[in-house]
Amino acid sequence: MISLDLIQRTAERLMEKAAIEIPEDYLDGLKATAAVEDGDLSSFVLQAMLENYEAAKEDRRAMCGDTGCPRWYVKMGNEARIEGGPIALEAALRRATARATHDIPLRPNRVHPLWRTDHDNNVGIGAPEIEYGFEPGGDWIDLITVHKGGLFGTDYRMLFPSDGIQGIRRFFLDSLVAFGKRGLACQPAIIGIGLGGSKDACMVLGKRAACLRTVGSRNSDPRIAALEDELKVLGNSIGMGAMGFVGKSMVVDCNIEVGYCHTGGMQMSVHAFCLSSRRAVARLWGDGRVEYRTDPDWFTDYQRRETVEWTVPQDQNEFA
Amino acid sequence: MDRSAGPKRIRLSTTPSREDLARLRIGDVVHLDGLIYTAREGVYMRACEQGDALPMDLPHESAANFHCSPAATVEADGSFTMGAVTATASFRFSKWIGEWFRLSGAKLIIGKGGMTSADYREHFVPNGAIYLTTVGYGTGALLGRGIKGVKALHWREDLGLAQAMWVLEAENMGPFIVESDLEGNSLFERENERISQNLARVYEGTKPAVLRRFGETDDRSDELIG
Repeated sequence: MISLDLIQRTAERLMEKAAIEIPEDYLDGLKATAAVEDGDLSSFVLQAMLENYEAAKEDRRAMCGDTGCPRWYVKMGNEARIEGGPIALEAALRRATARATHDIPLRPNRVHPLWRTDHDNNVGIGAPEIEYGFEPGGDWIDLITVHKGGLFGTDYRMLFPSDGIQGIRRFFLDSLVAFGKRGLACQPAIIGIGLGGSKDACMVLGKRAACLRTVGSRNSDPRIAALEDELKVLGNSIGMGAMGFVGKSMVVDCNIEVGYCHTGGMQMSVHAFCLSSRRAVARLWGDGRVEYRTDPDWFTDYQRRETVEWTVPQDQNEFA
Repeated sequence: MDRSAGPKRIRLSTTPSREDLARLRIGDVVHLDGLIYTAREGVYMRACEQGDALPMDLPHESAANFHCSPAATVEADGSFTMGAVTATASFRFSKWIGEWFRLSGAKLIIGKGGMTSADYREHFVPNGAIYLTTVGYGTGALLGRGIKGVKALHWREDLGLAQAMWVLEAENMGPFIVESDLEGNSLFERENERISQNLARVYEGTKPAVLRRFGETDDRSDELIG
């Protein structure tokens, strides 16, 4: 049984880590990007960002003043049991969100869409979002918080099979060029792309591709992995860098996730995470153990399964 | 990084003289000293549309308007905990900026992403003001270090923490990049022009979507297909 107290305390710690500590994979990716950037202003911006990450950690202060919209992904091993059940879990995550907003502090960004009323704690109707996934075996839960930034840098389009790869390239470029001007997408960023599903599923896939996969990860389908490489190079060849200045750093990495869709369509979504790619993860066990990490490891073979039945592959039994 | 090769760095008062501003070139890097206040749509609506009197003496106390909501907390004893500060996108405030200059006498508008050179020529140049953009975006921790205290918090009850008017004491606060000069030139527009020259080549190997969208045509009788 995983205790509620442990869940809430861990969730508060995750909120702080996400807001303050840039994940190592993104930091390495940004350093690699900075190393090849030759635009004067773009280079200055990237160096300032690298200094900013250090300042945040030294001062234990949020990386960015816009601390985004905190959200939660909960992945449960099939054998996990939670004290009080899922209702108690959700209450603990809402309490942790409100408390961490005050204590860190985070900006209380969340308001009612029409009345603009504000609880000053990032909690409200539908906020924070809590999404779930499950894994075979496992007596643990993974708590993942993402503080997604940016009002800009996300778009959706219904493409069709006849649009093909050329149409995918076009919409990818359209999104980066449109949102990259003046740096509104807060680039260079991890760009997530959703392909297929339905409109809502496509948006979810793209957002998860941006927020729940690390820099350097590749889709398990080698042809999709090749497209990820191709689009990363394409995005960095626009001639645009950080803040929309002349340069070549738009995409720290490009991650694509797919879902089966209607035979006539090819939905596509594009999501830019931001320069403060805020995510933090912890695995909690019933015996009270907690392990922190920055890789959500969301897209397992199980999450990408395409068969009716699922059996754990023989060589993965030891991890199950 | 070899700083000598980077952009020019300048310390600037938040009540700058015209001569101070005339020396700045687009692309210069600025750090600020003095009082700076936040004002965005909430403050603009109260001041410009409802005609409420400003709660501080502007531009005497500060001529620096920051498009920002800080990540900050008001503690039970009334003290403030200041976290990170980062600007919000300024283009959305164009409709109020002319009236705001008249009311506030601001000389520095600080925000994210700049405004259009049309706004600069129409509103900024006649008021002798320039635009400074934050860097990144998201050097919130560095900017937070440059804030030495909160002098006042106005209109909090009515507007909430995010939209309230925060009066902040800045010391060597930055970096900011000079986006517009006293003649109304825009750094972002200069950069966009240079980037646009390359775009046709980048778009080779792509094709328009078979189903278009309104916005890609303004003809509402267009069927959008083909």
